[in-house]
Amino acid sequence: MSLPKPVMRGLLAKRLKFHLPIAFGVAITTALMYKFAVTEPRKKAYANFYKNYDAVKEFKAMREAGIFESVRPAGK
Amino acid sequence: MLRLTSSRLGSLLAGRPSAALTSSSKGRPASQQKVSDSVDMSRPTYYDRVDMPLPDKPYKDVLSDAEEKLKQKEKGPWSQLTNEEKVALYRLKFSQSYAEMKAPTGEWKTVLGGMLFFLGFTGLVVWWQRIYVYPPRPRTLEDDWKARQLQRMLDMRINPVEGLSSKWDYDKGQWK
Repeated sequence: MSLPKPVMRGLLAKRLKFHLPIAFGVAITTALMYKFAVTEPRKKAYANFYKNYDAVKEFKAMREAGIFESVRPAGK
Repeated sequence: MLRLTSSRLGSLLAGRPSAALTSSSKGRPASQQKVSDSVDMSRPTYYDRVDMPLPDKPYKDVLSDAEEKLKQKEKGPWSQLTNEEKVALYRLKFSQSYAEMKAPTGEWKTVLGGMLFFLGFTGLVVWWQRIYVYPPRPRTLEDDWKARQLQRMLDMRINPVEGLSSKWDYDKGQWK
């Protein structure tokens, strides 16, 4: 009946030493993946959309389609 | 209040709280109520539990003469006990072994069957409701209405950057 004394102290520190780098790594990786998979493409999409955007042309097209109530299509 | 009938004790140990709380002799006139063999809950009781291995008292405490003699023999060196005696001593102390406590009951078949049965019954109820209860279908779900709704959304340039209208080719009049 001579078992070694079990470890009584530093259990949380040991667990944190193992899990904290993993936690930080996962969090940072997730953030980076989101940035490059979602936000960067979105910013590019908006930049491309507005690069050659003609507001007046779009307005005329929408007016012809008859969706506005304040201006009717050009013929009427 | 501390007296517990054996039927309630059985259901308590099986882990079903509602059975223990219902009273079996409720509603009978006082002259008809009989005292079933009750257990004094103020004293330690025996229990078979997987998570609590050492009950408060041995299973059998009223011992016959032969059992008393066996208990006296137990006080001596155990190497002198035969295997049958050891098993007999175990059965005096405990009602069910761990293997017997953990033995599969097949209860899951009843649970699964009952669950599926009532799921099916619910399906029948929903079917009946669809015929007799539901109001008429809204006209906004007709194909023609939905097509005109989609056309209007495209005309309004809904979500032109990343969403709906960005997938429509306005010059060719078709999806990209």
